[in-house]
Amino acid sequence: MTAEPILQASDLVKRFGESTAVDGVSFSINSGESFGFLGPNGAGKTSTMRMISAVSQPTAGSLSVFGLDPRTHGPAIRGRIGVVPQEDTLELELSVRLNLEMFGRYFDIPRAVLRERTADLLAFTQLSERANDRVEDLSGGMKRRLTIARALINQPEILILDEPTTGLDPQARHLLWDRLYRLKREGVTLIITTHYMDEAEQLCDRLVVMDHGSIVASGTPRELITHHSTREVVELRFNTDSHDGYHDRLAPFAQRLEILPDRVLLYVDEGDETLRLIHQEDIAPMSALVRRSSLEDVFLRLTGRTLVD
Amino acid sequence: MSTPTDTRLGWSRWRRSWWYHATYYAQTWRGSVAGTVLFPIFYLAALGVGVGHLVSAHSGLVDGQTYLHFIAPSLLATTTMQLGEGESLWPVLAAVKWIRSYHAAAATPLEPLDILIGKLSWVVTRALATGVVYTIVIGAFGALQSWWSLVLPLIGGLVTLAFAAPFVAYAASVQSDASFIVIYRFAIVPMFLFSATFYPISAYPGYLQPVVQFVPLYHGVALARSAAYGQWPLLPTVGHLAVLLAMSVVGVLWGRRSLRRRLVD
Amino acid sequence: MLTRTLPQFGSRRSIRIFERNLMVYRSQWLMLISGFFEPLFYLLSIGIGLNHLVGSVPVGGRLVSYATFVAPGMLATSAMNGATIDTIFNTFFRLKISHSYDAVLSTPLDVTDVALGEVWWALARASLYAASFIVCMVLLGDAGSAWVVLCWPAAILTSFAFSAIGLAVCTYIRSWQDFDLVTIVQLPLFLFSATFFPISLYPRWLGAVVAVSPLYQSAALMRGLSLGVFQWVMIGRAAYLAVLALVGLRLASNRFRRILTP
Repeated sequence: MTAEPILQASDLVKRFGESTAVDGVSFSINSGESFGFLGPNGAGKTSTMRMISAVSQPTAGSLSVFGLDPRTHGPAIRGRIGVVPQEDTLELELSVRLNLEMFGRYFDIPRAVLRERTADLLAFTQLSERANDRVEDLSGGMKRRLTIARALINQPEILILDEPTTGLDPQARHLLWDRLYRLKREGVTLIITTHYMDEAEQLCDRLVVMDHGSIVASGTPRELITHHSTREVVELRFNTDSHDGYHDRLAPFAQRLEILPDRVLLYVDEGDETLRLIHQEDIAPMSALVRRSSLEDVFLRLTGRTLVD
Repeated sequence: MSTPTDTRLGWSRWRRSWWYHATYYAQTWRGSVAGTVLFPIFYLAALGVGVGHLVSAHSGLVDGQTYLHFIAPSLLATTTMQLGEGESLWPVLAAVKWIRSYHAAAATPLEPLDILIGKLSWVVTRALATGVVYTIVIGAFGALQSWWSLVLPLIGGLVTLAFAAPFVAYAASVQSDASFIVIYRFAIVPMFLFSATFYPISAYPGYLQPVVQFVPLYHGVALARSAAYGQWPLLPTVGHLAVLLAMSVVGVLWGRRSLRRRLVD
Repeated sequence: MLTRTLPQFGSRRSIRIFERNLMVYRSQWLMLISGFFEPLFYLLSIGIGLNHLVGSVPVGGRLVSYATFVAPGMLATSAMNGATIDTIFNTFFRLKISHSYDAVLSTPLDVTDVALGEVWWALARASLYAASFIVCMVLLGDAGSAWVVLCWPAAILTSFAFSAIGLAVCTYIRSWQDFDLVTIVQLPLFLFSATFFPISLYPRWLGAVVAVSPLYQSAALMRGLSLGVFQWVMIGRAAYLAVLALVGLRLASNRFRRILTP
């Protein structure tokens, strides 16, 4: 890769009084890359995002965005990035179009330019027909798309998305992903936080896994899976209140075993073969499933917890 | 024996709805209770004593009363009107739109009418309490002159009901609060100022005096004054009562309709 | 010292917040217009009845009609009410309920721009209302002299002070219930700031307490201007309001920073 870092953080710390939200994280993001922060609620993702977007001041450590220090060049940095916050903070009383035009004025964009950009962005997010409707009357998916259109009004070089698809139905999610691919093709750097594994696998070139304010692993989704998990996973459910009793009987079949409240996960390279061997031993699960390893398994391995609980 | 689904009389359901509103208020009472006690003192001290001093120096008695005696009952009427308005517009729109607590209530055996009655009876309860406090404060200022003053709280309750009922009905039927501030400035404030509140109706030019009769609060002020003076001219009293009762009844009927539309349909 | 504190008060970008409010309120013009009427109703009501009941009031060695006495106080009160409603209620809504400032802060605007922008907005509205109120005073014959035009800048200064204080107060408000407490402060200010009767009616010690009230200072300043009675103490009154405005704005900026960018 020939790209140079557009954003660099080293030993970044954010404390709120007694509690430490971000505990010394370091990462660097290249221009045109799509970079993910994966982790459960409270892992420190949002605090990291807020520091990157020059809204919140780091307690310690160094941070550089576009080669500038957010502490001293906040307005200049914020002028070149777009932010899609976790919750839509739209102006409910205003129309869809006015939401975009008003927001553009915060960036000192001339009105004539804004009119043109607004039309383009509404088409891009498929909201042109709702341009004159009040935001209050839009569906959740539409509001989300409008928030993304709003974040693009200043033609940002970096687009920061905090949990972009939480609460959306599958169709709305896929539409949104599609728009994000297009932006990436146009060279926009995407920074995404999510607690959805499939989203991270779909969207991110590279990602870091965060837990308790620290980065516990980093790499491409493929690298993380190869490095921290096996090729395949066998999921078994038994007709019992507790799966704990199966640990000793199943352990010999797998490289690694995870007992969850409702099922047992066996980490193996050949799932079907393992399943055949288990059946031979007269172990009769209620249901059995063989699947490829995912980021979910990586996370379970790294933190000992499932991500979505 | 009554069954849980008894629909003939709503007493038990009204009581539950009243309790719901009372419980909600119990969480949030601090500021408004202080206001209930302090506002009458503030108003009577500033207008009754302060302005009263200027008035008696220049004009002596007003309507055969000192200015303090004259203004105390009208302040009770304006306060209970404002209570009826303040408890009805924003809180009701919040309950049917933002917090949707009335939707939650409607999912229980409570009918829209039960919610309405519970709400209004709770607001009237507060008005009665406000009226009692007001009457005590008036007494403390030495401005009570008739045993009839004991019915002042009841008149306060009636005034509150007469305004709360239509305001609840209206608030339950709108989509946004944009009109509320306009109602406040074009209805509540003018009524506060032009209901023969601060000076007798005879101060108005002759052609305006009949017009004042059309200001709903005027009837509340007049009734409160009757109670304070212990003078009840028959026909006017019946007229004032009729106006306030009519407002209450129309408000309840309208409110039942708009709450039903909002919550059930 | 001034050069060190001034940059804290926001930048030229704060005008965008003004623009935003203009856009939002464009659809609520009736609400904007209704603000003109409230003080006018007060003037009319007093003119109809109380004027005759009270007769004349001595001010600065002159006897003036009650309406002439009260009108400047009403102007001061309406400047206070307009400023506090705008800053306390509406800003609370945006700060803590709708979170619309959060989005603004992801743009080049700074927290102090937001605070200052809200003050611009409150001032713009106040100057319109004050101008129309002064015209009404003149038309109803409640103006004491031609100097009444100087009440206009005085009203704007009053709004500045109260909107800055209101903005600071707003950041301490936890829920809607706290607005009851705001009213508990506002009503006595309105009733006892020598708005309805001269401060000379108070016992001496109580008069000294009333003199602390910013609304009293504003009303007294405007009464002097309306009557064309100029005294050195009026400069002190204006300075008092200006200091309150700067302190309030500084406090508001700090509090906004604490809340919005922890």
